[in-house]
Parts: sequence; C-alpha cells; structure tokens
Amino acid sequence: MHLSDFSQAVSLKHLCGPTADDFDGVYVGDLLSRAMSHIQAGNLWITIMNNINVVAVASLTEAAAVILAENVSLTPDVFEAANEKGIAIYSSCESAYDLCVSIAKSADEHQ
Amino acid sequence: MRVTNMSEAIRFHFDVDGENFSSAGEASVMVKKKLRQLGFSPDVMRRVSIAMYEGEINMVIHAHGGTADVIVGEDAIEIILADKGPGIPDINKAMQEGFSTASDNIRALGFGAGMGLPNMKKYTDYMQIDTEIGVGTTITMRVNY
Ligand SMILES: Nc1ncnc2c1ncn2[C@@H]1O[C@H](COP(=O)(O)OP(=O)(O)O)[C@@H](O)[C@H]1O
Ligand SMILES: [Mg+2]
Repeated sequence: MHLSDFSQAVSLKHLCGPTADDFDGVYVGDLLSRAMSHIQAGNLWITIMNNINVVAVASLTEAAAVILAENVSLTPDVFEAANEKGIAIYSSCESAYDLCVSIAKSADEHQ
Repeated sequence: MRVTNMSEAIRFHFDVDGENFSSAGEASVMVKKKLRQLGFSPDVMRRVSIAMYEGEINMVIHAHGGTADVIVGEDAIEIILADKGPGIPDINKAMQEGFSTASDNIRALGFGAGMGLPNMKKYTDYMQIDTEIGVGTTITMRVNY
C-alpha cells in the first residue's frame, strides 16, 4: 500500500522525519504498551498520541510511518526526535476511523 | 552507554533517567540498533525490544529511573533492570493484565495500560522479579536465541 494513494483524500500533511510512501498493514491505537506489542514492521500507525514516546515506539517497532489523526500537532521536542531517529510523521484532519475508511477504499481501488 | 567486550559476552550499561520522559525508551532504541549490527534475527530483536522498553518505561514511571544492563551471551540475551524505587507490594497482582497504579497524568501520555509486566513475561523465555518495599526492584529477563 502507498500513502500517495489516499493522501489527497485525507489531506495528509508531512510534519517531520523522512517522507514515506510504502507501507504494509495498519495499526490504530493510543496505548503505547499495546502499540509496542502489536505494530508490525512496515505498518502504518494511526494515533492521536503526540508525545515524544511515540517516536521511540515507532522506532522500536519499525513502523513505516505515523499518522496523527484529528489534526493533532507536535511539539518541537517531538519534531526534533523524529528527525533524529528518522521517523516519518504525518497529520490529517480526519478521525482514525475516517482515515481507515479512506485507506481501505484506496486499497480496493489499487488492487 | 558503556560497552564492555569480554571474551564470553558483550555488555551494555545504561542509566535510565527517571526525571525525563523524553529520554524514556532511549536505551531500548540503542540496544535494538546494537543487536541489528550484531546480526540478530527480527524476532529476537522484537522480543528484546518489547521486554526492555516495557521495563525501561516502568522504571521511569514507577521508580524514578534506574539502570539497565544487557548482556549478549552465548545463547541468550540477558536484560537486567534495577531501580531504587518503591518496590512492588503484590507481584501476582502487578502481573495481571490491565492492573496499573499509574496516575491520570501518566495515562494521558499513553502509559498505564497494565500490559508491561505481562508482556515482559510473554516475550521472554525467563523472567524473575526481585523486589523489596522501599528498597527497589530488579527484574532479570532472558531471551534465548
Ligand atoms: N519498577 C517498578 N517499581 C515499582 N512498581 C512497579 C515497577 N514496575 C511495575 N510496577 C507496578 O506494577 C504495576 C503493573 O506494571 P505494568 O504491567 O508495567 O503496567 P503499567 O506500567 O501500565 O502500570 C504498575 O502499575 C506498578 O504498580
Ligand atoms: Mg508498565
């Protein structure tokens, strides 16, 4: 799957880290212990959690990218950490649910 | 981080800062990088990462920080997390999924799911908790490879 397949539909905004495109599967959730043990390498992680610990979890799980739902923004320390650790972070005004709907739709269209 | 390379094992030592959430997970990220350089499989790296991250976070949110030692042995990776925190009054209760004494402030950061200790047990081959009220907690885990 590719971010570029649905980025327009959800007004995806690149916040920090490298840009990403390819990903393989999606994980949605905000509890870090759950995310830590359920995100698979290459997953896209959708969350509303925006503190610095998101960067460590994304790095440890090798998530392909993070999308912050509901227009959640980042503080400069997270920005810096994501750049340093090479974690691609995006934001969208959509809810986690609507993001998933758009991703599923684009996956169908691009099959 | 201090690295000691003795004939039989490679050791990493970290001080885990208990005052600073922004460095929480730092030691785990570093260890994962080292394990990758040493050529460990994704599965082993994943299990060590999950177990060590949870233990590291626990030291930060429950025990004002501590130390983490990782020893790459001949057939297992050993992780020793030691703190001088309040200790764990009831280990059986603490091991239950969903049990957490984390404050609302800590929960707001995404911690406090009560999955840390259960996951540490689940993803390692050996786990021992030594704890004394008012003295501290030492958790020893091993991931075989
Ligand atoms: N190093 C520690 N020092 C003191 N108490 C701890 C420590 N680690 C865990 N605990 C206790 O065990 C409980 C369960 O831990 P855990 O399963 O990691 O859940 P959580 O960290 O989400 O609360 C914690 O809420 C806390 O009361
Ligand atoms: Mg915990």
